[in-house]
Amino acid sequence: MKKTEIAIVGGGPAGLGAALSAASMGAQVVLFDRQYSLGGQLVKQTHKFFGSKAQFAGERGIKIAEDLAAKVAAHPNIKVMLNSTVLGYYNDKELLFQQGRHDLDIIKADQIVVAAGASEKMLAFPNNDLPGIVGAGAIQTLMHIDGVLPGSNVLVVGSGNIGLIVTYQLLQAGVHVAAIVEAAPRIGGYLVHASKVRRLGVPILTKHSIKTAIGTDRVEKAVIWQLDSQWQGIEGTEQTFEVDTIALAVGLSPCAELLWQADCAMVDVPELGGFVAHHNDRYETTTPGILVAGDAAGIEEASAALLEGELAGIFAAQNLGHSFEGVEAIIAKKRAELASLRIGPTGEKIRAGMARLAERGDHQCLSKLG
Amino acid sequence: MRIQDHPILELKKGPRVKFTFNGQEIYGYEGESILAALHDAGVYVLSHSLKKHRPRGLFCAIGHCSSCSMRVNGVPNVRVCVEPLREGMVVETQEGKGVLA
Repeated sequence: MKKTEIAIVGGGPAGLGAALSAASMGAQVVLFDRQYSLGGQLVKQTHKFFGSKAQFAGERGIKIAEDLAAKVAAHPNIKVMLNSTVLGYYNDKELLFQQGRHDLDIIKADQIVVAAGASEKMLAFPNNDLPGIVGAGAIQTLMHIDGVLPGSNVLVVGSGNIGLIVTYQLLQAGVHVAAIVEAAPRIGGYLVHASKVRRLGVPILTKHSIKTAIGTDRVEKAVIWQLDSQWQGIEGTEQTFEVDTIALAVGLSPCAELLWQADCAMVDVPELGGFVAHHNDRYETTTPGILVAGDAAGIEEASAALLEGELAGIFAAQNLGHSFEGVEAIIAKKRAELASLRIGPTGEKIRAGMARLAERGDHQCLSKLG
Repeated sequence: MRIQDHPILELKKGPRVKFTFNGQEIYGYEGESILAALHDAGVYVLSHSLKKHRPRGLFCAIGHCSSCSMRVNGVPNVRVCVEPLREGMVVETQEGKGVLA
């Protein structure tokens, strides 16, 4: 069995931020990621980031990932475990993990930061299991990591920022996008992204959803229809697109498995993507020594995940007695930056989710031990 | 199909390598995911559902969903979306839940 002061699960923006801030306070950190390189989903983000100037606005995700990963790799207090999947949680802050095909091993930590990210949501419709129906993030992975095109003609379902950005990235790679369908009455993502894809000729059909996919061994057609005010499909409004790919950009859910196992109180917050661990403003869950950050703490975006990770890393290190002159000012600054990412109409959903999470008392939380 | 020219990305590829899919020779690039090489070669059906035997293709591409579990060099349930391609790999569609040798 191995030991460390702080174990961090996940090497995306939240995990990288947590590792760097905790290690810079003098804590010994082990950072786990199941992939062969650090960066999480940042490594697929070819677009430039918005948001606060302090948080890499104007830089592309791939570059941000490279910079953070290089700093982490160079830090003497951080041990990086790549190709290492954390499989389970045991009592008293022990994590079961497997590196590659090596034997299972256990690490005991004084503090654990779960920054496991999110997984893509599925949508229920007939034949939704056909090859060619893929998560929008999978398209980014295929195109931006390996340079392979998902197909030649795509229908995108969902007009949040991921749907809009993936549409633009498909066009950039020379793939035709037949349309974007959006069940809600209005476009979900930033209008600057929506305008860009509209100018390039992609229709965005609000109050529309997919009715069915058609095909035998691969998607051949997608049938969409209009929705009424009760979100039900209206017969007679069907349109058929001859597409070989249907991209689902219908949201993400937090990867909270380890948090359930650690018996953290969990709250269902739809605005944050599903069940999230109840946590305080130091990112501590209800299980002592287990902190959460990034999408695992509620779906947001990469800049916020990085800030949450940095804060969680500081608090985890503080819990072990590490400190430095001026740490409180840094905490206040990072909290302010995080708040500034959540202002305005685009931050409405996340603010509502945070409020809902905060207002729920422990008695309303689900816990597997009751 | 592969991206030939991208306005932002410089895609670096490993050496071209040969592997087999159900006995058929296919070429890909070392270090890319097995999935990417198969997809480029037009192989979209990677597995089948256990009960109804419905075709399954790539879905998440980050090792979450198990839609792409295949036999690789005799080892069952390899998630080909996160397994790097190597020269001479033997990739096969898997029937059922897979059996360890």
